[in-house]
Parts: sequence; structure tokens; C-alpha cells
Amino acid sequence: MSTNTIETRTSTGLAVVCSGVTKSYGTGQAVVRALRGVDLTVPEGELLMLVGPSGCGKTTLISVIAGVLDRDAGECTVFGKDFSKLSASERVRFRGRTIGFVFQAFNLIPTLTITENISVPLLLQGVSRREAMDRARATLERVGLGDRWRDSSSKLSGGQQQRVAICRAIVHNPRLIVCDEPTSALDHATGERVMELLRETAAGPGKSLVVVTHDNRIFKYADRIAHMDDGHVTTIEQNTKSIDSTRSSS
Amino acid sequence: MLFRDRARFLGILMGVTLASLVMTQQGSIFVGIMYRASSLIIDIPSADIWVMDPKVRYIEDQKPLQSTKLPIVRGVSGIEWAMPLYKGQIKARLDNGLVQNCVMLGVDDSTLVGAPGELALGSAGDLRSADAVLVDEVAASGRLAKPPSVPGGRPTPLAIGDILELNDHRAIVVGIARMTRSFQNQPTIITTMSRATTMAPPERRNLSYILVKAKSGIDPKQLSRDIAAQTGLAAYTASEFQWMTVDYFLRYTGIPINFGLSVALGFLVGTVITGFMFYNFTLDNLRYFATFKAMGATDGHLMRMILVQSVMVAVLGYGVGVGLTGLFGLSTQNAAIAFYLTWQLLAVAACAIVSICMMAAMLSLRRVITLEPGVVFKG
Repeated sequence: MSTNTIETRTSTGLAVVCSGVTKSYGTGQAVVRALRGVDLTVPEGELLMLVGPSGCGKTTLISVIAGVLDRDAGECTVFGKDFSKLSASERVRFRGRTIGFVFQAFNLIPTLTITENISVPLLLQGVSRREAMDRARATLERVGLGDRWRDSSSKLSGGQQQRVAICRAIVHNPRLIVCDEPTSALDHATGERVMELLRETAAGPGKSLVVVTHDNRIFKYADRIAHMDDGHVTTIEQNTKSIDSTRSSS
Repeated sequence: MLFRDRARFLGILMGVTLASLVMTQQGSIFVGIMYRASSLIIDIPSADIWVMDPKVRYIEDQKPLQSTKLPIVRGVSGIEWAMPLYKGQIKARLDNGLVQNCVMLGVDDSTLVGAPGELALGSAGDLRSADAVLVDEVAASGRLAKPPSVPGGRPTPLAIGDILELNDHRAIVVGIARMTRSFQNQPTIITTMSRATTMAPPERRNLSYILVKAKSGIDPKQLSRDIAAQTGLAAYTASEFQWMTVDYFLRYTGIPINFGLSVALGFLVGTVITGFMFYNFTLDNLRYFATFKAMGATDGHLMRMILVQSVMVAVLGYGVGVGLTGLFGLSTQNAAIAFYLTWQLLAVAACAIVSICMMAAMLSLRRVITLEPGVVFKG
């Protein structure tokens, strides 16, 4: 791996631009400064991994990037939009259309079927139920679970649930996907498959992924790796061992 | 979400059903009792106006009038007819030696105004024959029935031609009348005014009420005011007298408090169970609500989601509860239990159930609306 500055990377556009972002929790003596002036840029088409020790601010940073948490100071834009300058309804609408989420604990609604779970982002955008279900089933086919469309999510294994969660994250074709520890609840082989799937389905021209992880076995899927510590992005590495780089070099 | 969480859904549904059942069932019994309190007024629909002593407070509180009051009332213009009615108590000696207290009604000898309109057996006209009485159907097969012919057997219902001993007077049953059960649920015996006053224990005055029919085109309410003004007696339309009776029971008996407590308890239990389980359901699913928010659900989406679930539970629980109340009513149709389910009661119960579910929903909504979507990333 080699350290690269953001400016040296060539890209058609920037998906995320964070500059001097700070975020604190609590007040008075109990204040916890989770982000202490984060500068980070994610170009379109890139898979960036955020790594670092527990409590270094990774999850807080993706929460700010995804617009589910307000920052205290600094600038942060996603595809040129600053969440803090949007009204509450604009923010919800923009987030719903632009960002997909993959969670460590999958967060699939256990009382809904797999297809219903996947169709949620579409239904929230006003897509008709029939179309949403059709698109959900088509997405499910892409991850090899087409025959399980009627099942409840609770009947699936961890790896299958994460595949369904990925379907839910990509079904509405978002331009940015944020993943929080997507493989930490999975065994090695399943984690590999999930990352391959994320690369295949979620990455591509004009689309970006930000993945928070502790799992160094999946670093090879990153284009760049941003190291965080104590509320700062300390280094950003270009991943020369990326499987894409390996493929292109071979 | 809620409907497929079967255990929780059934729990909430049971809470709402219980509230609906208790409120409508207890309410129906209360209304039934109030209805029975004025059963005599209901059973004499031909009388538009009831005339009585001004001190009478309700139907059982008769203070007999001087018989001279009858022609005075008849003298008021606008009256089609005015007939006497006797209402008193009499003891019936049964074949097994027991004595049964009965209500005795005496109706006008010639017109028989006040006699029951519907008879299961016989004819009201037969009251004109010697010693003739009518007996109400429930008493004829119940308290006044003849003892079983074999030990442990069933009593034999009174039939036409049977003899009763009323206050040491011989009476012949000439008909079995279908009447509304009374509040005291005592047997009712109907005969003519002259025979009733002969059979009943002697009193100085025997004219309990004067029944009045207004001439066609005359407003009974206005006529009752005219009668009161011209005779110094109290005169009420049948409906007014019915409400006076109900009002008396509401004010001076513990019945409304007892039933009110039951209904309030049903409301309270329903609110607590439903509210607690609904709120608990929301708390357990906060992570998913946060996920919805992160994925683009607006407060309006979540509000609709919770309200729809709450309304569905309200409709289902109300329907099941009212259905069970209806079954209870059907199963007790011929029993001693007073039961009268009115649309007003159904409407009040519906409002109560909707408010229970809305309260539960509001409690949950508050928690969901203030939920930060950021918690979605917390483990």
C-alpha cells in the first residue's frame, strides 16, 4: 500500500467532501469529541474503507456523511448537497434517493418477507407496490436468492440476510452506499462473498461506497483505505492490493 | 409490522376486545335495567299521557288519587279518552303453600285500556268473565308455575283455566300475557279495575294513574301541560315519565355507580393493556423505525404506519368485542338478565375504543417522531 493525497487522484466528480467536520456528544465535563476536524473526500466510483480502533469516530463520520446525524462544525457535502442547508423534508427525500445503507446487524424487519424488506426504499419514494415488489424480486435474483422471495428474513442465515440487506441498499439505485461493519457478523468465506457482491452490485461509474470495518481480510476490496484515530483521519492509503488493481495489472 | 408479530398483535387485540366487551356488555345490562324500570309505561303504548299525584317521582312511587279526579281530567279539552289504572301489590298463594308477592294491575272495566296488547294464550276480552285474570308469561312458567307432579320434575306452567288464590280470593287464569320484564322481576297479574280493588288489600284510594289519549292533532306535550294547569295534578307524556323514572334510578340508586365502575374499569384495563403493549412494541422496534427514517421515511410515513396499525386494531378489537356482546345478548334473550344493546351504546363504545387506540398510538408516535435516525448505526 502507498500513501496518496486526495488531490492526486483523478476522478470525474466527488461523491463526498468533508472538511473540518467536528462532532461532540454530551455536555460539560462529560463531553466526548467524536470528530475533531475530519477532512475526507470520496470520488465517485470509489470504494473507500474507514478503519481504526473502536471509538475513533468511524461510525459518527458515516452517520454525518449519510445525513442521519448533524455535525457541529465544518463542511460536508454529498454529491454537492449539504444536508445542513436542506429542510427536514428535503433532507429525508435526498437521503432516501441518494444513499443506501448496509448495517452490521442487517436491520431487516423480521415480520416482513424478504421481498417486502427490499421494497421498502422504493415504497418510501412513492413507487407503486406492484412495481416495488417486481424490482425487489429482480434485485433478489441478482444475489442468487430469487427462490427465497416469499420467505421471512428470520429464516435466512447471516450471509443470506446480509445479501438481502445489500439488495435493500441497492434496489433504488443510490449513488452512495454506506456500510457499517458489513462482514463483522459473518464468517470469513461469507464475508468475502458479501464484499464481492457489494463490489459487483453497488460499485461502478458514478457510484461510491464507504465501508466502516475492522475486518482486515476485506481490505483488498477497497480502492483506498482511510485510517482514523481519535476523531481524525490520520492517513489515506491507495490500495495497490485491491482486487481490481490486481485484475487490471494481470 | 404489528400484524405479523402475532403474539403482540393478539395481545393488543385482546386488550381492545376486552375493553369493547366489558363496556358494551355492562352498558347493555345497565340500559336493560333502566329499560325494565319503566316497563309498565312501555307496555301501555296507547297512553300518550300519564296523570298522577304531583309528588310521584317514578313509576313505582304511586300515590293514589281520589276517584273524583278522573272526571275532572276527562273535562280537559283535547282529550280523546282518560282511563283509570290501578297498580298495587298482592300475595298469591301457590299450590305448594308458598306465598309469592305479585304486582297487580287493574284496567278500566269496560274498555280494558291498559291491558297487554300481546297474549301468548287467551284473549284480553276474557277479563270480562268472572274472577278472570291474565298472568305474565315469564311468571306463568316460573314463579307462579304449578309444582312438579313428580319429585325432581319440572314445574308445570300455568294455563288457561288454572285457579290462583290471590289474597284469599279465587282467580281464574284466562290468558298468558307477553310483557316486558319489570325491574323487580315480580310476577304481574292483570285484571279489571273493580276486581283488582276487591282482591287487593283495602286502601282509601285506588286510582294509581290516569291514562290519557290525546285527540288527533293535539300535541301530547301541550295537553299534559294543560291537564296539569287545570287539575293541579302532575301530567307527563309517556316519554317524559319514562325519563323521570330512569332519572330517579340514576340519582337515587347505586346502579349507575356500579355499572359506571365496571365500564370505567373496562376502559382503564383496555387502555393500560393496549397502551403498554403498543408502546412496548414500538420500543422493541425502534431500531427498525430508525432504519425506516434513515432510508427516507418521513414523520408522515411513520405516523401513517402507526395510525393505520392502531386503527386496524381498534376496528378488529371493537368488532370482536361487540360480536361477543351480541352473542351474550342472544344467549340471554329469554333469561332474567336485563340486556338492551342500543346504537348509542355502540357509538359511545366505538369512540372509547378509538380513543384508547389513539392514546396508545400517540404515546408511540411521540417516541418515534423524536427518534434520531443516527441510532441506526448503534449496535
